Amino acid sequence: MAEDNNTQDAPVAGGTKEAGFLNRFDNPWLNWKFLSGTGMLGCLFFLIFLGYQLWDTDLALSARAPLNLPPVGFENWRGQEGIPEHPLGTENSGRDMLALWIVGTPRTIFVGVIAATVGMIVGIILGFMAGFLGGTFDDVIRLAVDIAITQPSLLYLIVIQAVLGTVDLLTMALLISLFSWATPTRYIRAQVLSMRESGYVQMARLSGVPVRDIMFREIMPNLLPYLGASYIGNMQGAIISAVGLEVLGFGPQRIPSLGVAIFFAIEAGALFRNMWWWWGIPTITLSVVFVALLLINLGLDEVANPRLRKAN
Amino acid sequence: MGGISLNYLVRRLLVFFLTLWVAATLIFIIPRLAPGDPIAAMVARLSYQAGFVENSNAIIEGWKERFGLNDPVYVQYVRFLGGLLQGDLGYSMARFPATVTELVGRALPWTIGLVGISTVIFFVVGNLCGALLAWKRTPRLAKVVIPMSMIFTSIPPLLAGLLLSYTFAFLLGWFPQSYSYGFGMTPALNLEFILNVIHHGTLPAMAIVLVTFGYWALGMRGMMVTIEGEDYMILAQAKGLKPFYVLYRYMIRNAILPQMTALAVSIGTLVNGVVLVEVIFNYNGMGTLIVTALREQDFGLIQGTAFILITTSALAVLIIDLSYPLIDPRISLEGR
Repeated sequence: MAEDNNTQDAPVAGGTKEAGFLNRFDNPWLNWKFLSGTGMLGCLFFLIFLGYQLWDTDLALSARAPLNLPPVGFENWRGQEGIPEHPLGTENSGRDMLALWIVGTPRTIFVGVIAATVGMIVGIILGFMAGFLGGTFDDVIRLAVDIAITQPSLLYLIVIQAVLGTVDLLTMALLISLFSWATPTRYIRAQVLSMRESGYVQMARLSGVPVRDIMFREIMPNLLPYLGASYIGNMQGAIISAVGLEVLGFGPQRIPSLGVAIFFAIEAGALFRNMWWWWGIPTITLSVVFVALLLINLGLDEVANPRLRKAN
Repeated sequence: MGGISLNYLVRRLLVFFLTLWVAATLIFIIPRLAPGDPIAAMVARLSYQAGFVENSNAIIEGWKERFGLNDPVYVQYVRFLGGLLQGDLGYSMARFPATVTELVGRALPWTIGLVGISTVIFFVVGNLCGALLAWKRTPRLAKVVIPMSMIFTSIPPLLAGLLLSYTFAFLLGWFPQSYSYGFGMTPALNLEFILNVIHHGTLPAMAIVLVTFGYWALGMRGMMVTIEGEDYMILAQAKGLKPFYVLYRYMIRNAILPQMTALAVSIGTLVNGVVLVEVIFNYNGMGTLIVTALREQDFGLIQGTAFILITTSALAVLIIDLSYPLIDPRISLEGR
């Protein structure tokens, strides 16, 4: 995975050689990590889109299907076989797993997108101001980041949710975003600090360009790949928090997202009853999302940091 | 420790104590910001369970008086902070005679053990793999095998825990499915018990290590690549130093420094992951304790567990930060 593009012994089969060839000279965006990551997410979204067109998503509500059926071609512990009406099986309150997958996957990603976006916006504003203005403001921000960045956010979220009870996904996303500004702030501040001294910024300063324009029209475009990588990392973190909270039982219960499905499965002892499809399908889907996000992140890193491209 | 500059020490201690203060304040404020009255809610729950509770208003008043909830908020706040300073976290509401400190004291060592051992493993293995990936003399085979083993990187420990528990505990039966030691065993310092604990802890630790070490390998590889271009590397090779000596003394020792900083930053995420892994494996540490408290609606225990776990991770960060100047003398000279 960490193997470089232009070596022949890269481990991931297929595509490596061609992507490495494309990448060798020109466009840094065409590295195989970025392409395969976006490709995986693209396929996932396409399947979900198809699902919405072709499948009855109301089946994700409870009591719409027979209980505890396995996927087609398998047998459950009672000896029942899967039926084509419910190709991915059903769980113990009569939800169709395929419909649940179609509805639940985008809901999980939605939380990540909202929380990461809010955290990122705050991070950009604070990071730019701290890095560019310096002085007392910078000291305060740096201290706040130092304190916030090492906190186990899940514990605060548990305390908050223990008070609020179950909340809808948007509230959950906003709560998570309370803890996702520190990393981007720190990252962006460091980048801005190093760019502030570069020639073109000095030039703009000497020419009397307003500070706001230097920040957002001179520095920001150069930071885009960094911001992208930071955003994706933020999204991973937000989805992890959301899934964690959902698995603890804080997610919306009527129309479940993937984490809630896992919560129900654990509560019902699906692990012991060998109902692997119940928790397995959400787990595998989430794993695919995380691997795709990591690949995109690494790809963007390569765009941002030419040194990594030249490695080996 | 003579190398640590005063400036550095003061700043780290400031961050540490501010962290504790912020955590305590947030944990104090959060329940008071929420709509509704916790005592009234609890009595409502009691009457829901028991059908009817006589004199519920009198009970509410009595409890409020007992816990000092009629005092002004700042008095309650000062009392709360004072209690924390003395290690008094109050009583568990659901298991009344037991204090929170008692319950936490029983759970905390297990969590610290699990996190500590996993951290050592993934940090050593991850950095070693990263160094080998970047090193020119690494056998070709290793350069193929290591990236393949990193396929699980970035999957949350929770999900890895589910997959491991199903595969190795349910299907294959190689490892126990839950708890930190076998039923009917009494904790003692003998070989049998220790082996049993290792047997129980393997899967939870694996759930953390398998998905984490890849990050460290990637970070290490990035650092090594940067270092390889330095002038002193060329000099070291020109001097004819042994390759292993160059790898260890010139490359790894320099590349490991940013990794230590990254480790301090990642403690919070690590603790998040461990809490959830414990839930999957029903491991009797802090994560399982806080979830049990959630089920029992035992708010005092939730607060106490969260606070102690936050304190513990802040302490871990402080220790890493303070040991940093020992391995990087530049910090003590620079003075910040």
